[in-house]
Order: sequence, then structure tokens, then C-alpha cells
Amino acid sequence: MDVLLDVHDLQTQFTTSGGVVRAVDGVSWDVRAGETVALVGESGCGKSVSALSVMRLVSAPAGRIVGGRILFKGRDLLALSDDEMRKVRGREIGMVFQEPMTSLNPVLTVGRQLTETMEIHLGMSSAQARARAGEILGLVGISDPERRLRQYPHQFSGGMRQRIMIAMALSCNPSLILADEPTTALDVTIQAQILELMKDLSRKLGAAMLMITHNLGVVARYADRVNVMYAGRIVERGTAREIYANPRHPYTLGLLRSVPRLDEPRKSRLDPISGQPPDLTRLPPGCAFAPRCAFVVERCRVERPELATVAEAHTAACWESARLDARVPA
Amino acid sequence: MSDATPSDAPILEVRDLVKHFHISSGAFGGQAAVVKAVDGVSFAIRRGETLGLVGESGCGKTTTGRCILQLEKPTAGQVIFEGRDLTTVSDAELRKVRRRLQVIFQDPYSSLNPRMTVGQIIAEPLAVHGLVRDRAARAKRVRELLGHAGLLPAMAHRYPHELSGGQRQRVGIARALAMEPALIVCDEPVSALDVSIQAQIINLLEELQAEFGLTYLFVAHDLSVVRHISDRVAVMYLGKIVEITDRKSLYENPQHPYTRALLSAVPIPDPAVEAGRERIVLGGEVPSPLNPPSGCVFHPRCPIAIDECRREIPTLRETRADHRVACIRA
Repeated sequence: MDVLLDVHDLQTQFTTSGGVVRAVDGVSWDVRAGETVALVGESGCGKSVSALSVMRLVSAPAGRIVGGRILFKGRDLLALSDDEMRKVRGREIGMVFQEPMTSLNPVLTVGRQLTETMEIHLGMSSAQARARAGEILGLVGISDPERRLRQYPHQFSGGMRQRIMIAMALSCNPSLILADEPTTALDVTIQAQILELMKDLSRKLGAAMLMITHNLGVVARYADRVNVMYAGRIVERGTAREIYANPRHPYTLGLLRSVPRLDEPRKSRLDPISGQPPDLTRLPPGCAFAPRCAFVVERCRVERPELATVAEAHTAACWESARLDARVPA
Repeated sequence: MSDATPSDAPILEVRDLVKHFHISSGAFGGQAAVVKAVDGVSFAIRRGETLGLVGESGCGKTTTGRCILQLEKPTAGQVIFEGRDLTTVSDAELRKVRRRLQVIFQDPYSSLNPRMTVGQIIAEPLAVHGLVRDRAARAKRVRELLGHAGLLPAMAHRYPHELSGGQRQRVGIARALAMEPALIVCDEPVSALDVSIQAQIINLLEELQAEFGLTYLFVAHDLSVVRHISDRVAVMYLGKIVEITDRKSLYENPQHPYTRALLSAVPIPDPAVEAGRERIVLGGEVPSPLNPPSGCVFHPRCPIAIDECRREIPTLRETRADHRVACIRA
């Protein structure tokens, strides 16, 4: 499969009164045509900033991309002019955000918001764009599109607004969709609808998807490959099946163990990860996870581990990774 | 504080609880419309047990909790706590009862006064209720309570903004414990927290329950978490309980089609399990409580609805021992 998006050694920083926050600290990942890749992690791990960096939407002057390359179809997005970048955004890369109410314009009709992008990016006439907008609304499961196009965002429920966001993201046939916690604000039954819809449409239209989420269940259901982030770095990467069956970073293992599972017998106690995520302005010199890690050794506190291959198509950034291997008896 | 095992006498009994909100429709007042947020809810909680109350947003689970706490005045029905109907007691008496009936809120960011130190936040109710009159003794009690909640004594001098989300929720728990309550309404206590921290808080709640013989009403939307912590579970949909039974029956043998759909919508964090899982994706959305459907409120989304469901309002009936379901097809 062709590599569609290739992020290499991306570094994004924010200057705050407390010091420089290295929100994304040298991460590399890629998305191949047609696949679904997940960036997983907890709040502050840098997953959303990674996506905003790809779209070059990190808010200046506090936020800055200070290093790395973002190759999309072979072109470095970081080297494009603002004008060229605008042609990529929305046209070639669609984006779905967590909060549909704040990402839609409250004073424009839904129809106007949908047709605007198509008129600008695809050079359609307003009649053509209108017809296409109606089609897309049907595609995302909104009935009576003619009437709905004349309505405003506040006249839609949360789930319906997220469908509109998806319709907007898909309107120009992008080859990649960035979905940042697309269903976190929604109820479980609506979450299931939206995720099925996104998966179905991206398959039908051949678009690849980068899914950003903290929900390990959502990742397990929809992602082909997974990148686990912690404190601005990727700590483990592999196919979804491999990562869940044989996690080789203590953080991934801890995350998987800390959530109660409906398909397993109820445990008398949950196994949380002790402690809290680190302050990104004062990262420890070694592994950022060391203070919370159950497998920590002396080396972890002084020397930072890089991603290393632990199995086929599976890498982990941990000195003690071999001790976690489920296939080798302890 | 006495026994930690559930005994048969209910500590709390809710009978035919109704809460209607009157809202004016239209910008100029106009005709009042009625939102039936809670529409005839009855259940009992035994001393020492945890009743999970689950449902999606707008189902009335939070309003039910607030009506029990008398933070909302119920439109009709009774809330009998330790033998007294809280809807009819005098204000003075209610203040005394409140001490035994505490609450932990979802959002630890907005439920702590930002201008008070953690120590002041916990000490204030001790002083107001005259539980510990002497200042030095209060400081000692605050340290003790912080310890119960898993916080260091030094935390007493910090302000809420200096704490992480998990630490703030621990402060909320310490404040509730300060009143030596018998029953705590936990309103989505972990849904704003990261997964690795959620498990810490859930374990803490369980430890405290065992130590102090607490009874919990655990209001949440996360079915995996509710299964872990609850002895019995009630499922709400559009202001009504649709199913209520013990944990094992609900999760192993759900009877109501809505409960089945909810359980099926929860993604399991394991791709191998997910690949072979049967899914019920509900169509449509939760209808507006302003204009609920006729008959069974779930019928427009129900995969097994028949004509009768449109006409007949199903009562919550016992289909097997201690398992009540509001569905004519169950």
C-alpha cells in the first residue's frame, strides 16, 4: 500500500508562562491509502496537537512546529505557502472535530456551510453544490435533505451535527480524514451509529482515516494500526491485533488492564496505573513513564528508550520490553 | 458506621418519582411546554449496596439523583431516606438529613471553590454542621479525611487549580466523607477522568464503601464501569426505568431491547473479540422528552416493536425473580 501521509520527527511546542511545553516531541507515524490508523493516549499526550500540526492549525504565536517533516502524497506540508495549504485543507484532507457545535458556524445554514467548501475547492456552481450537498446529507443518513439544508446548526441534535461535520469532511472527496475524538461527546448508541457510518463511508469512498481517541474499545473495533502516545512521544506501535494481544510497553499494558471489560468476568479490583501523567514542562531525563512504571529499572531513569522492533510490524520504546512478552514464559 | 454487607432493609426508597420542568416555548413566552424529565420512577437501595443508574444523556438519571438530594423539588412522588419522606420534611430537618446524604459530582473542576484551599473546602462543612467545633481538631480531621481519599496531608494548603483532575475528584470525595454520610449519590464521578485515573477512583470508592459501610447510588453512562461497581442496576430511557435487576442478570441476561442495544454498543478493547461480535446498532435518536412517543417510549427505535407497542404503555413487571422489565415483548 502507498504511504499517503508520512509524519517524520514532528516536534510541536507551546510557550507558556510555566515554560516550554513539548506537546509533540519527535514523533513519526504514517497512514497508508485506505487504512484506518489510530493515535491513542490520555489527555495531554499530544495526540490532538499531532493532528492540528498536520493541518497546520496549531495556534501561533504560543504554538509552533519547530521541527520535522509532514509528507502528504510526497509533498512537505510544512514547506507549503498559506495559499497552497488552504487548498489541502478540506479538499485533500478532511477533518472531523470532537465538538460539532463549536466547529460549525452558528449563523450560517448547514447548506451554506456545505456548499461553500465545494464551490471554493471544486469550482462548482451554487446549483451543482446544492445538489451535491443534498446527496451527501443522504449519504450520512440525514433524511429530508432539502429542508435540512435550510436549517441552522442549533436545530440539529448532537449526533446529527456530527453527521454534518462528517458530510463536510467528505464533501470534496478527500483522500484522508482526520477524526479527533469524533464520538466522545456522543451517547453510546449514537457513537455506534457514527463510527459505523465513518468506517462504511471511508471504505466506500476509499479515504484513509486517522482516528484520534482515548477510547481503547473504539480503537479495537475500527483501527487497522495503532500508535500509543504518552507525554508527547509514541511509546508503542503495531497492528491493532498485535498491540492488544501482546502489548510490549508497560503503559499500553496498564491502559488495557485498567479498563473494566464487559466480555470478561468481573474483577474484584481494577488495576490502575499508579501516579499521574508528568508535567510536560519538566519531563524526567529518562523514560517519561518511569515514575509510574511497574517494570522500571535504573536505566529507565537516566536513558530514554527509542522505539525498537519487538516483533514483526510491532515496535515499543521500553528497555524492559522483553519482560512483557506474553509469548515468552516469565 | 456499621455493617458493610447489604442488608434487606432499604436505606432509600423512591416511589413514583416525577419531575416535570415547565419551559416557555418561543421567544415571547407563549404556551408553556412540559419536559417530563423523570416520569414515574420507583426503586429501592439496600443499606451497603451500590445501585447503578445508567442511561444516555437526557434520560433523567441525573435529575433523579438531584431529586433524591432535594436539590430539585420533585413534582410528585416520595423519597424515603432512613424512614423519612424527604419531600415533606421541614427545612430544618432536611438540613440534618443532608449530612447523611452526600453527593460527588462529575466535574471536579466546577464543584470546588477556586478561592478556597483544599483544607478549607473540607473543613467548611465540618464547621457549618458543627461536627468538629475546635479548630485544631478540625485540622486533624481534615488530614485524616485527606488520608482516606488517598491524598497527602500537604494537599490541604493547595488550591483546586494546582491539582490534577483525579486529585480534585479525591478532594470531592473527602468533602463528602467529612459528613459521615450513609448514602452518597455519585453523579458520573469518573467520566471526566482519564482511563488510568478512573480505575484509581473506582478502587477508592470501593475501599471506602467497605470501610465505612457506605451505600452508593452510582449514576453513569459507562456500562463497563457500572458493571464493575454495582450490585444492582437500573436502566433509564426517556424518564423511565426500563429494566432493573441485579448485576449478574442484567449483564448476562438482559431482557429489554434497549438494554441489549446499549450493551452491544459498548466496544470491547480487544480487536479479536470485536471482529466476531454481534452488533445491534439502533436507528434514530433519543426522542425529545418534550414530545415523547405514544405507547412505549422506545418503540420508534426498537428492533422488535410490534403494533401494540405504539399504543400500550408497558409497566415495569417482574419477568423472573428480582428482575423487572418494562416491555410487553420481554
